Amino acid sequence: MLKTLTPLLWFLFSAGGTVAALLFPVHLFVTGIAVPMGWLEAPSYTSLLDLVRHPLARLYLFVIISLPLFHAAHRFRYTLYDGLKVKHLTALIVTACYGTALVGTVAAAYLLLSLP
Amino acid sequence: MSDRVHYTLYHPKWYRKPVSVWWWLERWPYTKFVLRELTCVPVGFFALVLLWQTWALLEGEVAYQRFLTRMESPAFIALNVFFLGGILFHALTWFHLAPKAMAVRIAGRRVPDGLIVFSNYVGWIAISAIVVWIWMSR
Repeated sequence: MLKTLTPLLWFLFSAGGTVAALLFPVHLFVTGIAVPMGWLEAPSYTSLLDLVRHPLARLYLFVIISLPLFHAAHRFRYTLYDGLKVKHLTALIVTACYGTALVGTVAAAYLLLSLP
Repeated sequence: MSDRVHYTLYHPKWYRKPVSVWWWLERWPYTKFVLRELTCVPVGFFALVLLWQTWALLEGEVAYQRFLTRMESPAFIALNVFFLGGILFHALTWFHLAPKAMAVRIAGRRVPDGLIVFSNYVGWIAISAIVVWIWMSR
């Protein structure tokens, strides 16, 4: 089954890598550094909720959560193989990596669909 | 020569020098490769932070405030600065790999690598500016 999924996994890897390269630096800088340091003001709860309620914003959030998760899962899988020479643990590694990405994707979809 | 040659039923296994687990520390290009691959850790981490923020938004104002407070802790800020370095390394290596991963042809001629890398940077800066602008306008 893994063999038939391989092209899809590589596609998710490169799509997620592109999304993460283009969008993660600015989002991490704003959410993780500029706002906590007080350089930028955090939008109020209601205005952020208003923004995220828009269908396009929901889609956007889904894309920037799910695709990078699959990108990271795929890369982490091969890093474990090469870095630690543990190719014999394929089944465990594959389940843990893609499993986490899949759970995160389902959670994101569920949360974004149930936003009021 | 002939009668001393023996053939085994199976293909012989060549001797291979065992590789240390630390093979990637031997040369800088190898180290760079592994560091590049390890950028998946900050990428995955930040995707989970975004998921956490989405959950906090759905949960209500108190949870959202708690998320903001948690982000203000020195440990999180330090981790985010460190991980921003990793994510920037991912972004730069990704932009420079793009022309090698996919050769773009326009009218039968290959687009020069430098032009693709350059347009990646332009797109990156434009997109980042749009995100900051949307954020500021809230």
